[in-house]
Amino acid sequence: MKILYGMQRPDEGEIRVDGSPVGFHTPADAISAGIGMVHQHFMLADNLTVLENVVLGSEPRRGGVALDFAAARRKIKDISDAYGLGVRPDVPVEELGVGDRQRVEILKVLYRGARILILDEPTAVLVPHEVDELFDNLRGLVREGLTILFISHKLDEVLRVADAITVIRRGTTVATVDPKDVTSRKLAELMVGSALPSPETRESTVTDVVALSVRDLTVRTGDGRPVVENVSFDIRKGEVLGIAGVEGNGQAELVEAIMGMRPCEVAALTLGGADISQWPTLRRRAGGIGYIPEDRHRHGLLLESPLWENRILGHQTRRPNVRGPWIDRAGARADTRRIVEDYDVRTPGIDVDAAALSGGNQQKLIVGREMSGDPVLLIASHPTRGVDIGAQAAIWDHLRTARAAGLAVLLISADLDELIGLSDTLKVILRGRIVADVDPANVTPEQLGSAMTGAGEGV
Amino acid sequence: MNGFLDRVLGRVRLGGWLAVAAPVVAIVFAVLITSVVLLVAGKEPVEAFTTLADYGTQPRSMVMILNTGVMYYISALAVAVGFRMNLFNIGVDGQYRLAAVIAAGLGGAAVVPGVLNIVLVVVAAVVVGALWAAIAGLLRVYRGVSEVISTIMLNAIATGLGSWLVSEHFGVLTGNDLGTRPIPDDAHVPGIPLVAGTPVLVNGFIVVAILLGAAYWVVLNRTRFGFELRATGKSESAAVASGVGVKKMIVVTMVMSGAIAGLIGMPELLGASYKYSNNFPAGLGFTGIAIALLGRNSPVGMAVGALLWSFLDNSSNQLQLLDISKEIVQIMQGVVVLSVIIAYELVHRYRLVAEQRRVSRQLAAPAEPPKAEAAV
Repeated sequence: MKILYGMQRPDEGEIRVDGSPVGFHTPADAISAGIGMVHQHFMLADNLTVLENVVLGSEPRRGGVALDFAAARRKIKDISDAYGLGVRPDVPVEELGVGDRQRVEILKVLYRGARILILDEPTAVLVPHEVDELFDNLRGLVREGLTILFISHKLDEVLRVADAITVIRRGTTVATVDPKDVTSRKLAELMVGSALPSPETRESTVTDVVALSVRDLTVRTGDGRPVVENVSFDIRKGEVLGIAGVEGNGQAELVEAIMGMRPCEVAALTLGGADISQWPTLRRRAGGIGYIPEDRHRHGLLLESPLWENRILGHQTRRPNVRGPWIDRAGARADTRRIVEDYDVRTPGIDVDAAALSGGNQQKLIVGREMSGDPVLLIASHPTRGVDIGAQAAIWDHLRTARAAGLAVLLISADLDELIGLSDTLKVILRGRIVADVDPANVTPEQLGSAMTGAGEGV
Repeated sequence: MNGFLDRVLGRVRLGGWLAVAAPVVAIVFAVLITSVVLLVAGKEPVEAFTTLADYGTQPRSMVMILNTGVMYYISALAVAVGFRMNLFNIGVDGQYRLAAVIAAGLGGAAVVPGVLNIVLVVVAAVVVGALWAAIAGLLRVYRGVSEVISTIMLNAIATGLGSWLVSEHFGVLTGNDLGTRPIPDDAHVPGIPLVAGTPVLVNGFIVVAILLGAAYWVVLNRTRFGFELRATGKSESAAVASGVGVKKMIVVTMVMSGAIAGLIGMPELLGASYKYSNNFPAGLGFTGIAIALLGRNSPVGMAVGALLWSFLDNSSNQLQLLDISKEIVQIMQGVVVLSVIIAYELVHRYRLVAEQRRVSRQLAAPAEPPKAEAAV
């Protein structure tokens, strides 16, 4: 995908557009060949209007210097109408919802004359009804003769929207199938290469012992606005508590507050009965909190350090990594080998840099590390985001096993199936508040989705 | 297990030759550029380089190179401690000069006799350097002031403060040289007759420098503190998530850097001039930055860098015999630093890409039977 968009060069092979071979050195080459990319993370300036965002970088000129906004507005209107995108050019982007922003991204690409659109995980940030709207838009685009490359982990979506499906596993094409001929189960098996895993955990292992108790936790931004407000919950041993919510509704701040990385006001915060509200992060970790961070590159790994040094990270006060003030190289290396073995981290050795591993293998290393040292509570933020299905199944397995052994898990995820499948208890967070308790045993992703957007009250 | 050399060279797995190749290429490149400059100026490059080499291999010059190199090396260590956690202590210069002034004043007053006086001078220098650097650390932690800005400012303040101390409190006039009262003979650090064929002695602080280099390596690579320091340098966000107290680390690292900086002036003060005057070497802190870059913060690399730098500095005067401006050496020093940085960056990128490719090839090649994930 990066190669198609000119961000990386292929080692061999060729790319043909409309039958003629092309070579891309930069994204600009790809754009001029008519290939446009809609990134998973939006690249929009919040304080500019839709119009300004769209023309940014390819502004129409009038008389050499002046910007021709009138012409741009006309062109945007034309594109928007032609493809039924319904974009209003003069609204500031900050006032738009996620779905609208995505349409602006698509329009941005079309504005630059793209005939082939690459969409990278476009539905990851959308709730179900927004996904439906997106798919309607995509069908409109296809009707107008555009080509769309839709990249997704979510099989049902691929089945719904695609005219042809190519399955890629570990960098190789496994199969190209017609969506009419496959079931989502068959497709998943192609992706995993073996029998299908599922996040289901039905037999309850919940005990009566409270592992983590949070009462009235509030996090404020620098200017005093609450981003997490009066959140309270208990997680018992052997329980998975899921927090569902559209991203950016305070989940990240909540996790960082519990980890002690962010100041917060809290009436009570206890771990296994001990008041940890004044503990620094390191003591909370040593006290038995394992942490799978949302962004493994920023918070979970030292990318340019070998795996065994990454094993020490966050566990630098505990055996087998240290003896007193000294790093125990032999101990840390041996334990890294254990994690690589037990958690099936695919790597040629423990001396390679973490950056050399694929996302799934990096994540398995982190899961293995955080499960070490008998944690009482595991905070798992998007534990399977951006990992392949095989690693996803393995991570789910590890979570289930640990839960059965009495681990309390706080699960934060945008993957509704994962949340419903793994959680014993589900809470919905919206604008920093817990707005609903949901029984994962009888809720559908659609119901959960509308609770997350505040559309359906009292699910 | 890894060999010692492997680790010193930064665990370059793709054959240690890459790590050696980078600096060698850089020096060859620097020589080439300097030759071009010499040719443009109408001088004979081969002759110039032979003169430099001849001078550098005489016993007397070797001692001088070692003695200057000791100060350069300590300065580079002070800078490197900060570099390892992305902290740019530009203020090593001010820290060592202020430390030297105060230590010289105390030593000259001879409040305690003999060896005790040496200890007092060294401790005072370390403490002053540490405190001066701590100001920048605290400003960064509590007020968010970039340590680059604050240390540059503190350099200027240190200069003013030093002159004031010398002229108003510690100063005595000998001839027309205003300096601190000389430290009495019983508190001089003896030299070591290390190089045969010359009566000039190697500064006794060479031992301290070597011990410091070893301690630097051990602390950074083998202790929990060093791990946290390196982790913070590589990714502050990951360090925070791992429970490293980043604020505390910033202050502690600045203090360490300043404490080492305090020692930079000691070889000169206790082993050569015995007083702080206008002739006291200045600008060593900036030399230290260049050498830390040159040696890639590695204790061995910086030692080589310090000696190379010192060799160039000491032999530059010889060029004037050939009617070549000695500033040509400064050009060469600049080019060496630049080419080393570029060469290492290229090697580093090459290594990252090569390793990623090697990992994926190794994983793809033996088509392992698909593991049946024990799906429930």
